[in-house]
Amino acid sequence: MAETSPDVALFATCLVDAFRPSVGFAAAKLVEESGSRVVVPEAQTCCGQPAYNSGDRATATKIAKQVVDTFAPFAAVVVPSGSCAGMIKQHYPALLADDPAYAAKAKALAAKTHELLAYLVDVRKMTRCAARCSRTATYHDSCSGLRELGVKAQPRTLLKSVDGLALIEAPNAETCCGFGGTFCVKYPEVSTRIVDAKITDAIATGADLVLGGDLGCLMTIAGRLSRQGSTVEVRHVAEVLAGLDDRPAIGVAKTPPQG
Amino acid sequence: MDATSHTFSANARTALADVKLQRALDRLAEGFPARRRDAVARLPEFDALRDAAVAIKDHTILNLDRYLERFEAKVLEAGGRVHWCRDAAEARATILSICTRAKAKSVTKGKTMVGEEIAINDHLAANGLDVVETDLGEYIIQLRGEPPSHIIAPAIHLSKDQVADTFRKAHGTLPPARPLTESRALLEEARTVLRSRFLGADVGITGANFLIAETGSTVTVTNEGNAELTMTLPRVHIVLASIEKVVPTLEDAATMLRVLARSATGQDVSVYTSFATGPRRPGDLDGPEEFNVVLLDNGRSAMLEGELREMLRCIRCGACLNHCPVYAAVGGHAYGWVYSGPMGAVLTPALIGLDPAKHLPEASTLCGRCEEVCPMRIPIPKMLRHWRERSWQRGPSATRSRFGLAVWAFVAARPRLYRWATGAVAALLARLATRGRFAWLPFASAWTGTRDFPAPEGRGFVASWNRGERR
Ligand code: SF4
Repeated sequence: MAETSPDVALFATCLVDAFRPSVGFAAAKLVEESGSRVVVPEAQTCCGQPAYNSGDRATATKIAKQVVDTFAPFAAVVVPSGSCAGMIKQHYPALLADDPAYAAKAKALAAKTHELLAYLVDVRKMTRCAARCSRTATYHDSCSGLRELGVKAQPRTLLKSVDGLALIEAPNAETCCGFGGTFCVKYPEVSTRIVDAKITDAIATGADLVLGGDLGCLMTIAGRLSRQGSTVEVRHVAEVLAGLDDRPAIGVAKTPPQG
Repeated sequence: MDATSHTFSANARTALADVKLQRALDRLAEGFPARRRDAVARLPEFDALRDAAVAIKDHTILNLDRYLERFEAKVLEAGGRVHWCRDAAEARATILSICTRAKAKSVTKGKTMVGEEIAINDHLAANGLDVVETDLGEYIIQLRGEPPSHIIAPAIHLSKDQVADTFRKAHGTLPPARPLTESRALLEEARTVLRSRFLGADVGITGANFLIAETGSTVTVTNEGNAELTMTLPRVHIVLASIEKVVPTLEDAATMLRVLARSATGQDVSVYTSFATGPRRPGDLDGPEEFNVVLLDNGRSAMLEGELREMLRCIRCGACLNHCPVYAAVGGHAYGWVYSGPMGAVLTPALIGLDPAKHLPEASTLCGRCEEVCPMRIPIPKMLRHWRERSWQRGPSATRSRFGLAVWAFVAARPRLYRWATGAVAALLARLATRGRFAWLPFASAWTGTRDFPAPEGRGFVASWNRGERR
């Protein structure tokens, strides 16, 4: 096995890799600002949640092993997603518990894996960011980050340091957005009713920007907002904290169509 | 009742289109969670109390046979009888034969979810008995011929207008022009109608929140006092309870009661907590001549071993329903059987079989709020995943999503192919999207029916980073 590298490996997650590289760049920038060097292992794909939550344990196990192997050499792994970090931290050890070759490795990976905001604030003791953003924002607590990993105060700590940003809490910030992985396409009407409640709650704060830490939720919220004709923007919290919010928000064109 | 869980999607669509139901669900979402939160905030030791309650139940479940036998011995000592019933049919037959032996004509009932589970009302009515529910919510849905939509608030899906309409139809002898706009008026009217029924009943059937092994007592909590009249006025009292309701001691029951009321309604304690121990003794002022406990298994003992064991800790408080985004969207009837919401999604497949109920474990976002608020710390998401695994092993339902998942799994296991394929698709979609999103996409209509699909930015992050790009 390769020697342990002191570098932080960024597990971008499949959604960030394919849909929103900006979040990957922002996460890497923040990790570097916190004083660590970043590596992005080429062999990473997905954490296996689609299989795991569909009941396909065999596939989930196979992918989990691949992730364990890919990230074994690094001192720490940072993930800009509560649900993927939760998958590695909470579910891999159980999934691989009965595999003598992987049980210990899965536990070791779980111990050194961190959700991005938790890493910055809890591990690196970051208390502020140099970013500026003159917007009124509200923060959506993604379910897995909140309930599996206790990510709640960390994003708020850093957001409060962003120059010009007004952060207003939505009363139901902790309520699910209705994404739920394959749930959103298996039961689209139910999912839509749930995201509508989320949107109503978020908009009532007067915010023109919805932030969160999980791209699945953010794509759901952004997709429903734009379908309703709303101009409220949606971004991953890392984009704002890293000052990379100059590019279009989620689901917004690079150059807005004329007229 | 006949389960309609297999048509969950259609049930859900009907529920989403029902304006009155949606309004009722909004009221529920505003009420229950806030009341629970306040109640919990008033009691700093609430979490410690939860731990104590979990420990009591875990210990009891491990020694269930012992505590049930002790409970039976104590019931006998107090002059009552215990009837052990393996399944719903046995329980129905047992209750009917008790009624027949007592030459009963009229039966009053307190709220019992186990009664719903075994569909006792229909069975007694089919055998010529006159059964009336005495819990206000249960009474309303009985008049309407509906199943309960919530385990502690069976008529929560209805508006006051709907209840008033139901009463006008059912209580034809009352003046048609009477005002029924206030909750109070509805409650008074139900009380008036029920009063004569209480007095004329031969048999009273109640549920039990807990059974106490140490004393042979059954414990029932209500906010209306109806269960007390149901158990004391008729000649015969039947307590219908499932086997996991037993706790070792009176003190244990007190601990459970403290977490139950707070989790359920946000009360520190329910208005009425009644203990029934055997029939009337010489010198007692009231009470039944005969005291029967019908103990129902109906699949519970099969849960003792294996993945669902922790579900036997459930005290039916309803907190998981009150905090569930799916329940808040579609209400209880969409789940298609007696138990709804997260606890129903775990229990229903165990009680009626996975095939007819296989939608319920799927119809969850696994957000985990249920587990967070469950006083008994039941890991509901884990159990829903367990059911999903069982469904998956059974094979080919939803072939299309299976196929999609298989393709994805194949690619995800091959990083180079994955990198190339996701990069190509991202680039293509980014080029096709004119406004940064898609209003429609082939193969993604389940998403794009109600939501735009945000377009990818156009390049893969991992590949870009490793090419040296930095933003
Ligand atoms: S599962 Fe937990 S929250 Fe739900 S009804 Fe049972 S005890 Fe209450």
